[in-house]
Amino acid sequence: MSLWDSLGVAWTALRSNLLRSILTTLGIIIGVASVIVLVAVGSGARSEVEKQIASLGSNMLVIFSGSSRVMGRSAGAGTDRPLSEADMTAIREKVAGVAAISGQLNGSGPVVFGNNNWTTTLSGVHADFLSVRDWPVVSGRDFIQQDIRGTAKVAIIGQTVVKQLFQGSDAVGSTIRVKNTPFLVIGVLAIKGPSSFGRDQDDLVLLPMTTARNQILGKSTLTTDQAGQIYIKFDPATDLKDAQEEIEAVMRARRKIQPGAEDDFNVRNLAEFMKARTEVLSTMTYLLAATSITSLIVGGIGIMNIMLVSVTERTREIGLRMAVGGRRRDIMRQFLVEAITLCLIGGLIGTALGVGAASAVASAAQWPVLISPGVILIALAAAGITGVFFGFFPARRAAGLNPIEALRSE
Amino acid sequence: MSAPQAVRDAKPATKQAPGLAAKVLIRAENVAKIYTMGEQTVRALDGVTFEIAEGDFVAIMGTSGSGKSTMMNLIGALDVPTTGTLLIDGRDISKMDADDLAEMRNRSIGFVFQQFNLLARTPALRQVMLPMLYAHPRPVDPEGRARQRLSQVGLGDRLDHHPRQLSGGQQQRVAIARALVNDPKILLADEPTGALDSKTSEEIMGLFSKLNEEGLTVILVTHEADIADYAHRRVTFRDGKIIDDVRQEKRATKHAAAGGAS
Repeated sequence: MSLWDSLGVAWTALRSNLLRSILTTLGIIIGVASVIVLVAVGSGARSEVEKQIASLGSNMLVIFSGSSRVMGRSAGAGTDRPLSEADMTAIREKVAGVAAISGQLNGSGPVVFGNNNWTTTLSGVHADFLSVRDWPVVSGRDFIQQDIRGTAKVAIIGQTVVKQLFQGSDAVGSTIRVKNTPFLVIGVLAIKGPSSFGRDQDDLVLLPMTTARNQILGKSTLTTDQAGQIYIKFDPATDLKDAQEEIEAVMRARRKIQPGAEDDFNVRNLAEFMKARTEVLSTMTYLLAATSITSLIVGGIGIMNIMLVSVTERTREIGLRMAVGGRRRDIMRQFLVEAITLCLIGGLIGTALGVGAASAVASAAQWPVLISPGVILIALAAAGITGVFFGFFPARRAAGLNPIEALRSE
Repeated sequence: MSAPQAVRDAKPATKQAPGLAAKVLIRAENVAKIYTMGEQTVRALDGVTFEIAEGDFVAIMGTSGSGKSTMMNLIGALDVPTTGTLLIDGRDISKMDADDLAEMRNRSIGFVFQQFNLLARTPALRQVMLPMLYAHPRPVDPEGRARQRLSQVGLGDRLDHHPRQLSGGQQQRVAIARALVNDPKILLADEPTGALDSKTSEEIMGLFSKLNEEGLTVILVTHEADIADYAHRRVTFRDGKIIDDVRQEKRATKHAAAGGAS
């Protein structure tokens, strides 16, 4: 008996019990659909997080002033000692493996070009800022030391600002007014997309640290060498854990923090932070995977159950098939093909539902959803394997029937 | 008339008729079938020896428990003897494994059952094609063959009918067409009229007679004497042994033409 014949027989048998066949495959349908949805959503989320990690910069530590005990210390924020350029110098001198270092002093204010104006984040940065953050410039140029030293009135702007002020046309070479001071746009940043917290990372204007501190963000509270947050990029070979400890030691010494007292600054590895999020995501993915495997198993048991019923109901038919020359392996194959067909049909329906649901999630939640053909293949293979695994026992029972008794059964 | 006619004419007197021109198709030598149920052993067949010649029409008779069904299962290659040898078409089935037995059934034996054993919701043509699914090698034109066999049993116009749309007699004709489709050596019928009224029974038996006249060996298992009358030879079993084996020639000719339409 050819495989094609077996398929024909299986199809006829399944169709003659259509409602039962459909109900039986529900478990498989749900299992496969959930596998596809979770992989699509999960891999979408993961690729998003990976993009964010990349936008944070690799091999990078950042120092904030303030305690890690945010809740306990928030009232005393003003008392925190700000980070300074002297701190940067000390770190550069005393910590091993520092490749580049930059402060970032943040404020906000309006920027104007022609009739357009836009309120955005204004950041004073040092010359190495973009290389520390791994932020490329898509047109124009990066800051150079002279811009900082000479308090140049130059700016590098993000894509959101380009969109708001220049309607997307090339901004390099134009002059914008930042808090009424004219600045020459020397560069435009590549698009980075929203951060993990939903903040628009493209909505900012970068200015030389000196210019920003002295002329734009200038408030009485700023000290003369205040640096905001300090971003430090390390050589690829550097162990960031060691580097972090070294920085903490340097900073504690500079700030004369007594042994046992808490830091009033904070060193973080943002990429590690994000990786932790990825791990949470993986854990969730595993949990969901376990759920879908469970539903595949439950579905498989349903299939096995109904196949056993089918073998019992069709005992006479099996006897007849044996009487007219069906070998055990023909009978075995017939029932296996039937179980596998049932599972694969469930798999196909589940795939359709899963792809539909994933697409719905994608458009509803603005969440990136990746549906790869590989996932569909894996889901279908899982359904097929379920069929083989749970179809085997009923098929073997059918093939093991004694033809004489089978023919005589009611 | 034809050769089968001659065979029949040659035989009436002898008891174990093989001799003459006819080839021996089935030879049972001291065949026993013993079932063990717990501590009890049941000798369903207890040392049976006989021969059936090609082209014969044999009725196997006996009451329930006489061993006739067991004999039928052995002749049908559904089972193998516990001891003794049983040659069917020159091959000893007592030495066969399950696959060989299946092949033997597929090629050499056509089964007709009391309850027809047709597949539900399957058109007649597909029913008849079933044995060819398991044939190696596959016949060239299975559908054409099935169609031809259905015409042979007078159902050439019922190819697409499902069992439910057919009368009992018609269903049994489909089953007979199915039994014939692989050109078997033996047509083995187990109480083929047991579920039919007497008029339909006559028609079916007429069909068997006609097939036998065309040269097919027919073995009929029955407990009804008037059905056994159609056969040329009557073998009676009791307690696992043959107690009677006689040649007869009564009704066969009369009903020979009552069968199929072809």
